[in-house]
Amino acid sequence: MRYLTTRKRAEGLGSARAGTEHHLAMTASGWALLVLVPILVFVLARTIGGSFDEVRATFANPFVAILTALFLVIGMRHFAKGAQTAIEDYAHGATRAALIMVANAAAYLTIAAGLYALIKLAI
Amino acid sequence: MAETKEQKRPLSPFMIGPYYRPQMTSISSILVRITGLALVVGIGLTVAWLLAAAVSEEWFARVDWVVTSWLGKLVYVGSAWAVWYHLLGGVRHFIFDAGRGMDSPTAEKLGWAMVVGSVVLTVITILVASW
Repeated sequence: MRYLTTRKRAEGLGSARAGTEHHLAMTASGWALLVLVPILVFVLARTIGGSFDEVRATFANPFVAILTALFLVIGMRHFAKGAQTAIEDYAHGATRAALIMVANAAAYLTIAAGLYALIKLAI
Repeated sequence: MAETKEQKRPLSPFMIGPYYRPQMTSISSILVRITGLALVVGIGLTVAWLLAAAVSEEWFARVDWVVTSWLGKLVYVGSAWAVWYHLLGGVRHFIFDAGRGMDSPTAEKLGWAMVVGSVVLTVITILVASW
């Protein structure tokens, strides 16, 4: 018997050496998104198509703003990690490196733009 | 023995069809990846719309024109299905991670539950949006 947890034994294995870390990160963000996404889908369903003032009022609400901010950060990191895995499956060499950078840049740009909008609407 | 000539081997995603019979389990899994990636379109449009609402009424009018156009509606109906399907796919991951539902009949039922469940949730979302 080895005095190691199953997680400790699995970490660092596999060709990329990061599979365990990736799996745990996607699982943790997945649980968070399981709570955040249904709420935001219904908020958006009621808000998209609304007038300028209605949209501003909805996102000025602290609960909606905080949940949206959490979704942007957790959701877009979840997206970037998932997109990176997909890219690693199909693209190779310089194309792979470039696409991973594009996916991460798009995720960070979305987070930054969304948080800027939320702060501007809150103050 | 010492042959190091690079061999042309079929790569996994292109196995489907000629070498690999599509199954409920594999196709429903691939759709989780496709829906996850495709959601960037709807999220990008929504963040552009939110940013426009924060910037000015003129910018909001421009982005809202796209959002409420037939193309915008198509993006949002598609995104509603994609987000529910991807979410149910994540729930299936949690079930599989717990070591449950791994036998073929249950795994196939879970795949159909994702398809039916995502369509039902999309209809509910459209009803909530239009009531």
